[in-house]
Amino acid sequence: MDYTLILFIILAAVAVASAAGLLVSRNTVYAALFLVLNFATVAVFYLLLGAPFIALAQVTIYAGAIMVLFLFVIMLLGADKLPKAKGLPWQRPLAIVLAAVLLVEAGFLLFQRLQLTANLASPEASINTTEALQSLAKTLFSQYLLPFEVTSVLLLVAMIGVIVLTKKEKGEQEA
Amino acid sequence: MGSSGLFSLVPLIVFLPVAGLLINMIFGGRLSEKTIGAIASAATGLAFVIAVLLGVALWTGSGETVVVPFADWIHIGDLNVAWNFRVDTLSVLMMLVVSGVGTLIHIYAIGYMHEDVRFKHDIPRYRRFFVFMNLFIAMMMILVSGDSYLMLFVGWEGVGLCSFLLIGFWYDMDTLGRPSFANSNAAKKAFITNRIGDFGFLIAGFTMFWWFKSLNFGDVFSMATTIPAGVILFITIFLLVGVAGKSAQIPLFVWLPDAMAGPTPVSALIHAATMVTAGVYLVARSAPLYTLAPQAQTTVALVGGITALFAATIAVGQYDIKKVLAYSTISQLGFMVAAVGMGAFVAGMFHLVTHAFFKALLFLSAGSVILGMERGHHHLAHQEGHGSPESADREHRQQELSDSGHLEEVFDPGDMRNMGGLRKQMPVTFWLYLIGALALAGIFPLAGFWSKDEILADAFQKFPAVYWLLTIAAFLTAFYMGRQVWMVFFGKPRHAVAEKAEESPKVITVPLMVLAALAILGGALNLPGIHTLTSWLEHTIAGVEAGEFNFLVAGLSTGLALLAIFLSWLLYERQPLAEGQKDPLKKLLGPVFTVFERKYWVDEFYWAVFVNRYVDIARFLANVIDGRFWHDFVHEKVIAGTYNWLSRTVLDLGVDRHFIDAIANGLGELTKRISTSLRRLQNGFVRSYALAVLLGVVVIVGYLLLK
Amino acid sequence: MTQIIPLSWYLAVSMLLFSMGALGVLIRRNPLIIFMSIELMLNAANLAFVAFARSFGVPTGQIFVFFVMTVSAAEVAVGLALIIIIFRNKHSIDVDLMNSLKG
Repeated sequence: MDYTLILFIILAAVAVASAAGLLVSRNTVYAALFLVLNFATVAVFYLLLGAPFIALAQVTIYAGAIMVLFLFVIMLLGADKLPKAKGLPWQRPLAIVLAAVLLVEAGFLLFQRLQLTANLASPEASINTTEALQSLAKTLFSQYLLPFEVTSVLLLVAMIGVIVLTKKEKGEQEA
Repeated sequence: MGSSGLFSLVPLIVFLPVAGLLINMIFGGRLSEKTIGAIASAATGLAFVIAVLLGVALWTGSGETVVVPFADWIHIGDLNVAWNFRVDTLSVLMMLVVSGVGTLIHIYAIGYMHEDVRFKHDIPRYRRFFVFMNLFIAMMMILVSGDSYLMLFVGWEGVGLCSFLLIGFWYDMDTLGRPSFANSNAAKKAFITNRIGDFGFLIAGFTMFWWFKSLNFGDVFSMATTIPAGVILFITIFLLVGVAGKSAQIPLFVWLPDAMAGPTPVSALIHAATMVTAGVYLVARSAPLYTLAPQAQTTVALVGGITALFAATIAVGQYDIKKVLAYSTISQLGFMVAAVGMGAFVAGMFHLVTHAFFKALLFLSAGSVILGMERGHHHLAHQEGHGSPESADREHRQQELSDSGHLEEVFDPGDMRNMGGLRKQMPVTFWLYLIGALALAGIFPLAGFWSKDEILADAFQKFPAVYWLLTIAAFLTAFYMGRQVWMVFFGKPRHAVAEKAEESPKVITVPLMVLAALAILGGALNLPGIHTLTSWLEHTIAGVEAGEFNFLVAGLSTGLALLAIFLSWLLYERQPLAEGQKDPLKKLLGPVFTVFERKYWVDEFYWAVFVNRYVDIARFLANVIDGRFWHDFVHEKVIAGTYNWLSRTVLDLGVDRHFIDAIANGLGELTKRISTSLRRLQNGFVRSYALAVLLGVVVIVGYLLLK
Repeated sequence: MTQIIPLSWYLAVSMLLFSMGALGVLIRRNPLIIFMSIELMLNAANLAFVAFARSFGVPTGQIFVFFVMTVSAAEVAVGLALIIIIFRNKHSIDVDLMNSLKG
């Protein structure tokens, strides 16, 4: 029994548990915290998979920036509980059934059809982390330079959009 | 120009009047009254000239029949009718009479209609009158010049049409100028009565064609002996029906007295001198057929004789100056028909000619008298002081219109009871009328004496019964003419108007003088012993013999005529009729006179027996057969009902609504229902949409898995 | 020393997380939690990407994850702005109340 395997199992259990917590928690703040936990476990998965840059980005962007934004909005709007749902009585059972079916389908796909039971190509140890990072950076800034730049434009547009959306119109106060 | 060249002129006798009527019809609106009258008269006069030339050509030539081909008309199977002109002594005689008397009457009409249209307040109708008159002359010429029974029939119908048009010339008023249908009813009566006669003519014509395979005079006459006698009898009897219609014989004479509703020149030309004699001409023309059918001859002679007497008795009881002459015409036509029926064709044609002269003279003189009375009436109305002539005229007319309900208020210029003593006011007309009356009465040596005497002499020889009928009729003729002359021209005026009556202008009196001369001298045509007309006509009518002059017959008839005139003098002149006095003959004869006066109630009889029954049948057909059966039942119920049922119940409800509409509505309803139920999917809940997306994912993945 | 963990295990975890995220989107009415569920689903996808990149030994999967992160950051910014506006207008953030497009 390897410690990596034990680590994987524990991390997988934490990830699923935190996701379940997200699903069931009535309090929005708790939900956000469950998600942060989930993101953190996923970041460890990335480290296990030999992707330290992505793992750090995950922690920085998701667990840091995005979740702070979420919490900020939760605080802004008041993390109140919603009243009990009136309509759509069949929504919940149907959603559960469908999610289950999806899961079954995916599992079937995974283990029966694709036969992806093969081990990962090379162990974490054999990966030269520095080289891998360099290769990633090369690829990103050579082959994917244009998409990278477009991403910056996307972020700019999103920023302007948010400003325009949330900006109060002139005279709206009086009205 | 040779005589054969002259014969080729014959179509002109038809086309000259046609040209005249066309000119007047097309350009007449811009021409003056005198020009219109002159054109019409000239057209007729030129036709007379042509007739004279034809007569000369016949006289100087052999006198045999000449057929001038003119045009092909009908060419079907066996039937081959050409429009050929037949120039022979008989047809030329008729042409001379028609165009000669016609010309004089046209000239007379220039003056007469000038005043008539003014008395009746419709000046534009002047032109129409002359158009009709020229059309009549053309049709009459077609009648007498045709070479076949069919062409004769064309003319026969044509003159019937003209008669209708001219009787109804003042179609919107009665004879006294009041608004009424009386004149047009008279025209219809004449036309319909003639139709009955024409039916007989047609039957005869069809039978003739069936047996002879031809309608040409030449073919028919040459084959006549080879045809069974019964067929000839059948044909001739049915021709007699036609004759009775056109020549106003019993039983179809009733239209002629009513035909006096037409203007007086029409009465003279059409209903005395020419058209009504077409029947006599037809019998004379068909002489070869009639001589083969003695029974038919007897019938014709009897019809003529009885008509002569019958009409003469009615004439005795009439008060209207033109009605007396109308019945006299019927009576004289009876003489002619009787003559040609007995086989005395020459005597009949002779009387036809002389009668045309003196009866035209009498009618036109009567017209002159009526005009004189009208003038007097007019004059009187003016004297009573109604301001200017024209406004008086209008007032007068208005007054007459408003008075139209009161018959006695309207002055009748033709009623002899209003006249009296007119010889002082109208001396020229008086003398002319006297000549005509004496000629008609058969006084020596006027034309009527010779022609009537020839008929009587023939009848005495051949048919004693008819002789006696005609002799009595001749006696009555002299009596009613005497009565008329005494009543109109002698004694004292019985009405203020008669005192003011005025003589007619020269345009009216001069043609009358010519006719008077003819009435005096007409007898010279066929004087006993010379027999000009007989030798003239024997070229055409085979086997005519010169009538023997019978002094006994002549003496008796002259004596009777003088006696009749004396009797009329006794009754009407010795004690002249006073104003409002009853006819002295009425006292003498009592109810018999009433019978004469009321014309034996023949009209009433016809109304009761034929017209009313006909109306009943027409009503039955209209109301029951056409209205209730054909319209209400067949059309409304059967056809419209079935159609409605089909369209409403079957097509509309069954096919359209329950089938086609159902499909269309069903489609619409289906769309509506589907959309209503689908609408619920669009519930606005974001999560439902997300669910649908997931469903799609699941389904697609499942599909990919199972593929 | 090191035990190799099969690719399918990572994929199984990814799959599980993705399904739970989808379930969260469907059953929760709070738009904030719905957004979080979406982020969860994105993360699951990212995990699969990284696992595949590792398995095939190419960096492209990691680059794709990088882009996904950027896009999700933009998405969250705009989405949260929208939620704020909706709250401003409706004074509630219940997505079931936002059904004015109901047909």
